[in-house]
Amino acid sequence: MSSAPILALENLTMRFGGIIAVNALSFTAQRKQITALIGPNGAGKTTVFNCITGFYKPTSGVIRLTHDDGAQFEMQKLKDYNISKQAKVARTFQNIRLFPGMTALENLMVAQHNALMKASGLTFLGLLGVPSWRSAEQSAIDNAVFWLKRVGLLDRADDAAGNFAYGDQRRLEIARAMCTGPALLCLDEPAAGLNARESGALSELLLSIRSDHDTSILLIEHDMSVVMEISDRVVVMDYGVKIAEGTPREIRDDPKVIAAYLGTDEEEAAAVMEAEA
Amino acid sequence: MSASPRASSPASSNGSEPVGAAFILKKAVLSALVALGLFSLMVGVRTEAGQSGQLEYWTRFGELASLVGAVFIGSIVVELLRMWLGPRGGLGSFVPSSVQNGMSVAGRYLAPALLIFTFLVPVIFYNQRYILDLGILVLTYVMLGWGLNVVVGLAGLLDLGYVAFYAVGAYSYGLLSTTFGLSFWICLPLAGILAAFWGVLLGFPVLRLRGDYLAIVTLAFGEIIRLVLINWQDVTGGPNGISGIPRPSLFGIPLTPGEGGLASMLGIPFSPTHRIVFLFYLILALALLTNWVTIRLRRLPIGRAWEALREDEVACRALGINITTTKLTAFATGAMFGGFAGAFFATRQGFISPESFTFQESALVLAIVVLGGMGSQLGVALAALAMIGGFELFRSLEVYRMLVFGLAMVLIMIWRPRGIVGHRAPTVFLEKSKSISSDLVKEGHG
Ligand SMILES: Nc1ncnc2c1ncn2[C@@H]1O[C@H](COP(=O)(O)OP(=O)(O)OP(=O)(O)O)[C@@H](O)[C@H]1O
Ligand SMILES: [Mg+2]
Repeated sequence: MSSAPILALENLTMRFGGIIAVNALSFTAQRKQITALIGPNGAGKTTVFNCITGFYKPTSGVIRLTHDDGAQFEMQKLKDYNISKQAKVARTFQNIRLFPGMTALENLMVAQHNALMKASGLTFLGLLGVPSWRSAEQSAIDNAVFWLKRVGLLDRADDAAGNFAYGDQRRLEIARAMCTGPALLCLDEPAAGLNARESGALSELLLSIRSDHDTSILLIEHDMSVVMEISDRVVVMDYGVKIAEGTPREIRDDPKVIAAYLGTDEEEAAAVMEAEA
Repeated sequence: MSASPRASSPASSNGSEPVGAAFILKKAVLSALVALGLFSLMVGVRTEAGQSGQLEYWTRFGELASLVGAVFIGSIVVELLRMWLGPRGGLGSFVPSSVQNGMSVAGRYLAPALLIFTFLVPVIFYNQRYILDLGILVLTYVMLGWGLNVVVGLAGLLDLGYVAFYAVGAYSYGLLSTTFGLSFWICLPLAGILAAFWGVLLGFPVLRLRGDYLAIVTLAFGEIIRLVLINWQDVTGGPNGISGIPRPSLFGIPLTPGEGGLASMLGIPFSPTHRIVFLFYLILALALLTNWVTIRLRRLPIGRAWEALREDEVACRALGINITTTKLTAFATGAMFGGFAGAFFATRQGFISPESFTFQESALVLAIVVLGGMGSQLGVALAALAMIGGFELFRSLEVYRMLVFGLAMVLIMIWRPRGIVGHRAPTVFLEKSKSISSDLVKEGHG
């Protein structure tokens, strides 16, 4: 197994006209760990995700991904679809993006597109219905069923995704991302809009994805209870730059972080903390 | 590839519209004003060349007033109907689910019944040439509709130039058969391949465009192909077209009178109806092939990717789907079916000219797909029957035919905004295939 971190950002900068949404950001995400990326609204977290997953071309900087076997990818050079196909990075979206008119099962089948495309002989063998295609299709269905069961939506496999409740949609989106067989899973606020029970279940799911499925996770989250409970490391951003990095415990007690969240300066925050203690 | 993200979801068009008397009146007045602007020159002033070529004109304010009035009242009626029939899902949302289930059961038997009836048409109407010809025409449009359905209904790409591929298919067969003497059965796949090739060629630069832009460029492409056909006289014969295109043979046996013809080989008297019946089954077979392939493609990863693309392009990219090639395959597949239909058209007519491939054809086929319910095979077939058959039905109305026809279409679209068959059937299921209501299914916007 490669000893390099799974993901390394080096001086990533993303500029939109006059706005610098991400400014010379560097951090690493370790293999088989959960790395949380937090920060106040508008800090640039989603922009970092969009750069990693190829939706934005960064203005400058390097995003390096290293697979277990040592294969390396410079993501800023890859075509958007190759980030999932070759670099094996899957993501979810802050505002859920399922295929609402397709069933849960179909959503998970679409996620296995590239593998199935190959198995169907670029459609031609599939059109003829050769046995090897049929067995590949069946194993794709089995994989989908596995993940539906894993997120507790098996009984709703044949329902349209657009009919799902909000929390169910979030979990279905995670299942869909996992069906691509990712090495790195990027989740953009998976706990947003979930109630306490649901976010507890989400924490368990993410921990199990990390340990049982050998997947590293990069997590944007505002819900601090989730972040503190499951992340191995936390990176804090504000105004496009990294202001702190460390274990959840270190971050919680960092006056810079508190200042950023409270919107005050450091001394004041320190004073607030002392008063509380 | 574009580096900028797509704007997040388009605002829903059916939000909470204010519906009150004032709103309806305002809308009606607006429509009437537009009508006034449009018709004041078209109808209000009549121009003609006089005896010695000078311009003569006179005004027709009476007609103009009645037209604008009709638009005003029509607009109010449409709004009121909308209000009564429900703002969102049309009548569909008022129909209880038991009735809808009943309809879907009927739908299950409707398709086989329709198919059996279609097979029997040449037997039942053997002596009615008119009906047979009409049947061939309807089936041609069913096939074109099914072909375009791949592009518009499944992949959600608005293509207003579909007739271009129909033309490519027709001219491919016409030219290959008259210049090289190739038979229909060799030219048929070639016509499909050439049309698909043109589909890819057109698609490549165009598919980065979305929505309206794509529609306009494809529309232009349809016109360009027609203009090329008119102006490239040496090859295409220009406005005169190509004549003397060979009629199809039954695997080499011609359907002609006299020695060597099918009739004399079978020892039955020759009748020109044989050829019509043969053509009928030929287009039926081609249409069914289109249908079979489309249904299978939907259940393959490529077809699922088309539908996913229609649902959410951004999510597709995140799942590793190459959207450019996926769109191209949809374009090429639709074009190929259009090419087959074109080759059939050429062999049936024996004569083709650019006049047969105007924008009106594209619009008609698109109307069939939209009216049928985008994505639904049965819906498209029914819509083709209704449009082409209905058009014939209204023949007795003479000048009012278009008017009645247009009104009927407007009413159908108010009644069922998502087409005759609006719901979507899943392509794979674990326990039970539940049809998906039309208001969840996206129409695509690229
Ligand atoms: N496509 C874009 N064009 C212009 N500005 C953008 C674009 N995308 C993001 N921004 C800007 O970049 C900044 C960071 O936005 P981003 O969405 O990354 O924040 P965030 O940390 O994800 O916030 P939130 O917690 O609210 O999701 C904001 O000021 C935003 O307006
Ligand atoms: Mg965000």
